[in-house]
Amino acid sequence: MSPDLLREVAAETGWHVVLVAVSIGIATAIGVPLGVFLTRRPAWSRPVLGLVGVIQTIPSLALFGFLIPVPAIGGIGTRTALVALTLYGLLPVLRNTVTGIEGVDPAIREAGRGMGMTDRQLLVRVELPLAASVILAGVRVATVVGIGVTTIAAAIGAGGLGVFIFRGVAMVDDRMILAGALPAALLAIGADVALGVIERALRPPR
Amino acid sequence: MRPFVEFEDAGFRVDGRAILRGFSLAVAEGETVALIGRSGSGKTTALKLVNALLMPTEGAVRVAGRATAEWDPIRLRRRTGYVIQEVGLFPHLTIGRNVGLVPELEGWPAARIGARVRELLELVGLPAAEFGGRYPNQLSGGQRQRVGVARALAADPPLLLLDEPFGALDPITRTELQREFRALQARLRKTAIFVTHDMREAARVADRIALLGGGRLLAVGTPAELGSSQDREVQAFLEAGAT
Repeated sequence: MSPDLLREVAAETGWHVVLVAVSIGIATAIGVPLGVFLTRRPAWSRPVLGLVGVIQTIPSLALFGFLIPVPAIGGIGTRTALVALTLYGLLPVLRNTVTGIEGVDPAIREAGRGMGMTDRQLLVRVELPLAASVILAGVRVATVVGIGVTTIAAAIGAGGLGVFIFRGVAMVDDRMILAGALPAALLAIGADVALGVIERALRPPR
Repeated sequence: MRPFVEFEDAGFRVDGRAILRGFSLAVAEGETVALIGRSGSGKTTALKLVNALLMPTEGAVRVAGRATAEWDPIRLRRRTGYVIQEVGLFPHLTIGRNVGLVPELEGWPAARIGARVRELLELVGLPAAEFGGRYPNQLSGGQRQRVGVARALAADPPLLLLDEPFGALDPITRTELQREFRALQARLRKTAIFVTHDMREAARVADRIALLGGGRLLAVGTPAELGSSQDREVQAFLEAGAT
């Protein structure tokens, strides 16, 4: 691999990480509060989770394509890619937030209410800490999937490791494809392992 | 003595189905009353009406002279110790923090919380130096239930509500805790309502026993009074307790 290509791979890897980190960050910032809201309004839970689930079923290349003509959030480039990546990350975070909080032992919730905790205190001191590892498991899935999906963001000019994959496909050059695919795979494995460690640390003692 | 908790013709319905009907009972200050009955007799519902986890759909429940509907439920619950069968200790908090939680919510200074936690753990026979830093999963069932009692007493509430607190324990630990509870009550003299389905337990821990069936109060009296009752449901419970 030429030094020029190596430098280029390093730069796109960095950018890839930025795209994933920002989109997962936004997905978490939306998904966790929305998930908490859904546990307070169970009637909304099914329709909202269903809607977010439908987004998940749209093939990623198609979703990027659909967003191009959309005003304000669409177009070519980084912004559109971030919107699409955030939408993909939303479901695992949202679903795990709901599952995590609903999975808190009812006896523990009743004890909290019985000792005079407000709904907010119950959430912050009991439900979120006990659900934290499950929520983080959702973030972990969203991140690993997001690292893969982000390679497709290059198709709408958002950069990232997909640049080499698309270039390699066009040039029928396996080594060029690998220059994108291999770092992406390593990123995914690294993120999976690192977030797995945090997830276990957050797991409450049983 | 004036009543501290008063059920006044209290009823509770869900979807038109009566769980509790026309329930009247006065619990004097410092008295321990056991609510006893079969599963579904309404005894747990009656207990939850006291700390406003449920609101009576008919009649009223008064605590310290004021109807639960007029209490701020948070204030009422902070002044009411609550112990349940499943204990409900928070698994992510140490024993010390579990016990100190209500004082913490009440904004006590840290030093005072620490002193109170040590005092209470000592009171229930679990020295803080040894147990304060442990997590609930590192304790036996009986020890957890002792912590549950200590936690309920943390902010020195005048009223204790206990919902089958020793129900999940083996018979020996259970008898031990009943005796300890009685000794504790002899010192603290809290007003207490103790839900159980075991007549012997009721007789051991309570000054008076109220028997519920089908959502109604069937009989009330001291253990001795109930012992000489001719009521069939009372007899059934005495027989069940004797075997």
